[in-house]
Amino acid sequence: MALKNKLLKQLAVAGLAVVTSISSGFAAEDTVGFVYVSPIGDAGWTYQHDLGRLQLEKETGVKTNYVENVAEGSDAERVIREMAKRGDKVIFATSFGYMNYMLKVSKKFPKTAFVHATGYKMGKNMGIYNARFYEGRYLTGVIAGEMTKSNVLGYVAAFPIPEVLQGINAFIKGARSVNPKAELRVIWVNSWYDPGKERQAAMTLMSQNADVITQHTDSTAVVQAAEEQGKYAFGYHSDMSKYGPKAHLTAATHHWGDYYVKTVNDVKAGNWKPESIWGGYKDGMVSLAPLNPAIPAELQARIRDMEKHLTSGVLHPFSGPVVDQDGKVRVAAGATMSDKDLNGMNYYLEGVVSKLPKQ
Amino acid sequence: MLRLEPRAESSEVMSYLSPLLAVVLMLIGGLILFTVLGKNPLEGFRIFFINPVSDLYGVGELLLKATPLMLVAIGLAIGFRANVWNIGAEGQYIMGGVAASAVALYFYESEGFHILILMVVAGCIGGMLWASIPAYLKTRFNTNEILVSLMLVYVAQLAVSWLVHGPMMDPDGFNFPQSRMFEESALLPVLIEDTRLNIAFGFALAALIAGYIFMYRSFLGFQMQVAGNAANAARYAGFSAKRMIWIGLLSGGAMAGIAGMSEVAGPMEQLTEHVSNNYGFAAIIVAFVARLNPVGIFFASLLMALLYLGGEQAQQYMNLPSSISNVFQGMLLMFLLGSDVFINYRLKWGKANG
Repeated sequence: MALKNKLLKQLAVAGLAVVTSISSGFAAEDTVGFVYVSPIGDAGWTYQHDLGRLQLEKETGVKTNYVENVAEGSDAERVIREMAKRGDKVIFATSFGYMNYMLKVSKKFPKTAFVHATGYKMGKNMGIYNARFYEGRYLTGVIAGEMTKSNVLGYVAAFPIPEVLQGINAFIKGARSVNPKAELRVIWVNSWYDPGKERQAAMTLMSQNADVITQHTDSTAVVQAAEEQGKYAFGYHSDMSKYGPKAHLTAATHHWGDYYVKTVNDVKAGNWKPESIWGGYKDGMVSLAPLNPAIPAELQARIRDMEKHLTSGVLHPFSGPVVDQDGKVRVAAGATMSDKDLNGMNYYLEGVVSKLPKQ
Repeated sequence: MLRLEPRAESSEVMSYLSPLLAVVLMLIGGLILFTVLGKNPLEGFRIFFINPVSDLYGVGELLLKATPLMLVAIGLAIGFRANVWNIGAEGQYIMGGVAASAVALYFYESEGFHILILMVVAGCIGGMLWASIPAYLKTRFNTNEILVSLMLVYVAQLAVSWLVHGPMMDPDGFNFPQSRMFEESALLPVLIEDTRLNIAFGFALAALIAGYIFMYRSFLGFQMQVAGNAANAARYAGFSAKRMIWIGLLSGGAMAGIAGMSEVAGPMEQLTEHVSNNYGFAAIIVAFVARLNPVGIFFASLLMALLYLGGEQAQQYMNLPSSISNVFQGMLLMFLLGSDVFINYRLKWGKANG
């Protein structure tokens, strides 16, 4: 019975491959390209994608190439096109600003698989992928709620797009689930990477009494500032503990390697099709860095339990009641927020004392 | 012993040879750099300088990338020749792009050639308005135009960021910071099929020719040259200093604004906060490497564009880091400054007299 099901599944997959026609095979010399928005460095968004690339090389033996520090403007189209032209069978573009350019190039190279991190546009041979970063954020929020003494938390953020707001809101919701007195202050730095501004924002937050801070930006400046001031902080994207051994409680980290391996193997097997992937704990895309010993054992155990519940789907960070800053109920008790609503998030939840920049 | 001796008169020949010398030295420096990095220098040379333009698409990309550099540099050169230091072309470029985008979005879903013409005009005016702030403050309060124009770059960057997060954000774009994609009627026509080279390259050539005529064939251009070379003589001759400041800044603003327009209506096809591509700053290097000369600007823009394209290819094919383009640009500037010494000095053997 099980065997029959598997067979049927394979047949179905084979059928799909015919439709999408990317199944023309993956020769030994075929390669995979990666477009990075910043230099790889040794921590952060691009660094995590590059770890995924290295895992891909190791596990599949496929050769890869990459271009780092590609501006999210018209230069991206030339870079992506050059990759397709040189024979990259799969191309991963890892920042939102590449979406329209990748879509344009994908139409001219119908035999290449194009995959874009974040965004919303897909094509006949272009899929998108992203991770539910907010799941990791919720856990860091719980830790923050327990560890804070001042009940003031701080958050340095880049731009008020839904992904960033999901992180902020998951963080405060996690914190208030264990500490209803916790409040969160947010400072926008209007940049994904600006160590100077990030540091300044962190200092401001700490001077406003925040004793646990985190960031949705790319540098390690916030963790370093917290270390100097003897406060706590969380890393983001990568484990940043070496930048603040005392301050770094843990980090909400991203893991793309398994997904890259699976995608390339699918293309090799001829059964890749463009999809919209939004993976979380259960897909291994989101995780926590090692927990700092400063976190009490009892809390560590609770966090480990919650990780299991996120994986199994019992725990959803945005399960009701979800109440926004103005007291409006966004999700009733008993329900959970839909992906559509998550992707349209444009408000703060209760507990955030800052105001969202006016549009 | 080798020593430098001041020339009685600065050497005109050297002032043209010096940029060429700088290019040659940069190439030699590049060969050494590739060798030190353990790469085959000739292979590196081929990938960096030949590969990017080995097909028609590549040539199109080179000209596309050089177009805004030409536009901005010629506008700036007019001011620089009169010692009007507009360092804020980047901001004027952004504001030109913003103004042109506003027109494109206002006429969203309508047809007609007038849209593009209005976009060019809007881009031009947008850049000029932004440049008129330092011009007004300089002529009225004698503020330093270097500082004011530079600071306004940051204001422009924040303004475009606010616009694409707010009033100009694509309503169907899931809150991502970008405008709608422009309609066909708001896009510049492509010159060569299957490339991205558009008619803005024609604008750039026209601007270079107009710049040449203005600089070398018009009385006003002559006045500005005199003001730059000998401010006192210009004042004595009764040339209006204020007028030169206004012309110097507005020409830079107008050209930068059109360049910004050609980016949003060209390869970008929309406004995002990444419209600023450092063209405004790179064009300053171009203008100086070119000795503020329109013919020089043409070639220096091509060279600069090639350094960008080559850097991408060096990453893709040789695993070199992205900073390789910056290293080449840096070498070019450094060698230029070094070579410029020989405009006013000459190399001599032997001991100095007396």
